[in-house]
Amino acid sequence: MSKDLSVPPEIPKEDGRPKWDNKFQYILSCIGFAVGLGNVWRFPYLCQIHGGGAFLIPYFIALLFEGIPLLHLELALGQCLRKGSIGAWNTISPYLGGVGVGSWMVSVLVSLYYNTVLTWVMWYFINSFQEPLPWSVCPLNENRTGLNEECYESTAVNYFWYRKTLNITPDVTESGTLQWWLILCLATCWAIVYLCTIRGIETTGKAIYVTAIFPYLVLTVFLIHGLTLPGATDGLAYLFTPNLNTLKNPRVWLDAATQIFFSLSLAFGGLIAFSSYNPPKNDCEKDAVTVAVVNSMTSLYASIPVFSVLGFKATTGYWDCLDRNIISIINEFDLPEESIMRQNYTAWINFLNSSYPEKIAGLKLKSCDFQEFLDQSVSGTGLAFITFTQAIILMPGSQAWAILFFIMLFSLGLSSMFGNIEGVFTPLLELQSISKSIPKELLSGIICLICFLIALCFTLGSGSYWIDIFDSYAGSLPLLVIAFFEVIGVAYVYKIKRFSKDVKWMTGRKPNLYWQITWRFISPLLLLIVFVAFVTLQIQKPPSYTAWNPKYEGFPMKEEKVYPPWVLAICVLLVVLPCVFVPLVALFHLIKRMRRSKDPSLVPPEVFSCQGASSNFSHPKE
Amino acid sequence: FIAFSTNKGILISNVLLCNVTDRVSFWFVVTDSSKNVTTIPGSEVEAAIRLNRNRINSAFLLSDKTLQFLKITSTLSPPVEPSTPVWLIVFGVVLCLIVAGIVFLVVAGIQQRKKNKESTERENLEEKGEVTVTVENGIPCEALDLKAGHINGVFAADDERFTSL
Repeated sequence: MSKDLSVPPEIPKEDGRPKWDNKFQYILSCIGFAVGLGNVWRFPYLCQIHGGGAFLIPYFIALLFEGIPLLHLELALGQCLRKGSIGAWNTISPYLGGVGVGSWMVSVLVSLYYNTVLTWVMWYFINSFQEPLPWSVCPLNENRTGLNEECYESTAVNYFWYRKTLNITPDVTESGTLQWWLILCLATCWAIVYLCTIRGIETTGKAIYVTAIFPYLVLTVFLIHGLTLPGATDGLAYLFTPNLNTLKNPRVWLDAATQIFFSLSLAFGGLIAFSSYNPPKNDCEKDAVTVAVVNSMTSLYASIPVFSVLGFKATTGYWDCLDRNIISIINEFDLPEESIMRQNYTAWINFLNSSYPEKIAGLKLKSCDFQEFLDQSVSGTGLAFITFTQAIILMPGSQAWAILFFIMLFSLGLSSMFGNIEGVFTPLLELQSISKSIPKELLSGIICLICFLIALCFTLGSGSYWIDIFDSYAGSLPLLVIAFFEVIGVAYVYKIKRFSKDVKWMTGRKPNLYWQITWRFISPLLLLIVFVAFVTLQIQKPPSYTAWNPKYEGFPMKEEKVYPPWVLAICVLLVVLPCVFVPLVALFHLIKRMRRSKDPSLVPPEVFSCQGASSNFSHPKE
Repeated sequence: FIAFSTNKGILISNVLLCNVTDRVSFWFVVTDSSKNVTTIPGSEVEAAIRLNRNRINSAFLLSDKTLQFLKITSTLSPPVEPSTPVWLIVFGVVLCLIVAGIVFLVVAGIQQRKKNKESTERENLEEKGEVTVTVENGIPCEALDLKAGHINGVFAADDERFTSL
């Protein structure tokens, strides 16, 4: 049977490789993978602290020179080579096989902790069906005379998050016990992931229609509702008012570059896996631009409801502060009710301060500054589980809003999990030894089970500290390293000329000057700069964390603590483990080659090309 | 009502106005006429008020929040808790749905696999019939893999072709 290049549509079928039902599924999967929790709870925060609208400038520059070129590279790579990350890099050059293994390793590490975040979302979701919402009231203390002390000193929302959900320990070294309710939710989450990824893209392709589109619907609903809340416009004005002075701070540029990079989920191997299921003749250039633009637009779109709600929360907080002060004043001076309103509060305060300063000082009134309430910027889990839940209590019909919000977060995270799991699953499927003996369903089941068992560590009392560690160390630096080697590998080992020819064969037109320049020079340079800046910032001060300690004097402020040495060793391990494969595999092949110097099969495959890949049945063996 | 609260025979007599303020607030003193006009200790009055807070509130058509007794904190009622926490019920529902989905997909997968095996056998046999009589040369690799052990099943396969329908 001769493989005719003029009949590409038949080739995938005979290839035995699964394929997408239609192009929309593929695009939706890539978008779902890229659009995740970070778009909702990290981008708005960065906008807020880095001068509002001014942040968009470095953000779009990073998108143009780093995000889109790397994305195009990965999608073209997967589509051309039609293999997962490990197989693809082995094919490019056996010396670069470590890049694929590193990607795979990072996907494993990230899958472990990412699903635990979804566990927390699920826990809040199933608690949203109660009236009143459990995080709106403090429980009583033992003798029922007052509220629980820890809850009273902080807030009910804080209490529910730190005590009722995490049951957090005051220190990362104290592991605490396994929280059984979190174990149940974790099992459920992994069961959902298994259900959706049971047959690889056959099942995720169907699930993605829901998980990728639903968040947009909910965001729209929140947008409309959020804009009707009092104080929404203040929040939005605060978010988007550009402060161009912040651009002088290099930290802003670094944050923009890292945000783009991590937001697009580059270097996980998941994108390579997704595009490897494409027909070879597919316009990957257009796909890359589409996915990147949609991802950025989603970040912007999500920040609008988030900041409307935060503005609303700041406004109600400010009003509450004023009301509390008003009550104290009325009680002290025996004034009639409603004599002091929020509007004439400042006039009254000035009058009273001038006439009875000692009495006013004795009241110990809290100064209510609206700007201060707005300035309380939160990102990450704090935004979702503390700030937003607090805002939801204040809305009428809070159960419905809570349920919607948490389903949206769950869908966002789940579609990103699909990409992570695909990044783990696809390379394993391509190992001949495994794919022959185990059916797909069993392999995905084993992966999910092993991940669930390891992730049980995150349900301990100190679990959330460990998740922060994993997020900061496993999910950041190794990706930069791997992406750097990806670009260098394609540009200088595989050679851009050959890659451009392959892309031309796939898309029908040669990549223009923009791609040539970015692939060859700009993107590697940018990645190097970001990496060096990142490392410099990390080593400037000893890594520390903030702990929730009810016995701390400054409670409810969090206590700043330093990581003990053994934890630091684990952090270093998390960074080094994926990266070390790059030199290790190269060294391994070098040694192998030196031992059998006559063997031609270890020469970089000059004969390889995309046209060859699509007509090649047998996987190149080591 | 103070009389009822303390279960003693006490008469309410003179109301003295003093310290008029803009707010509606008042001081009161409970005296025990049976013991020669001595005031009843504050702690007893406090305990009585605590016991009958509800009745005092309803007499004024007020609530704990609008009628405040200084230094007497109200005993808070605990939030209503159903016997089975609601979240456990919701969790059970979600888990059942997921397990049902998984079982369905796994079973469907096994059935699909059986059907696939039969149909590829059928396909390869049809192919063989079309190519030539000398089948051994033109057997495609996949057929060989799947039909390991059934190479010379051409004649027996004719029956198979019909019965599998």
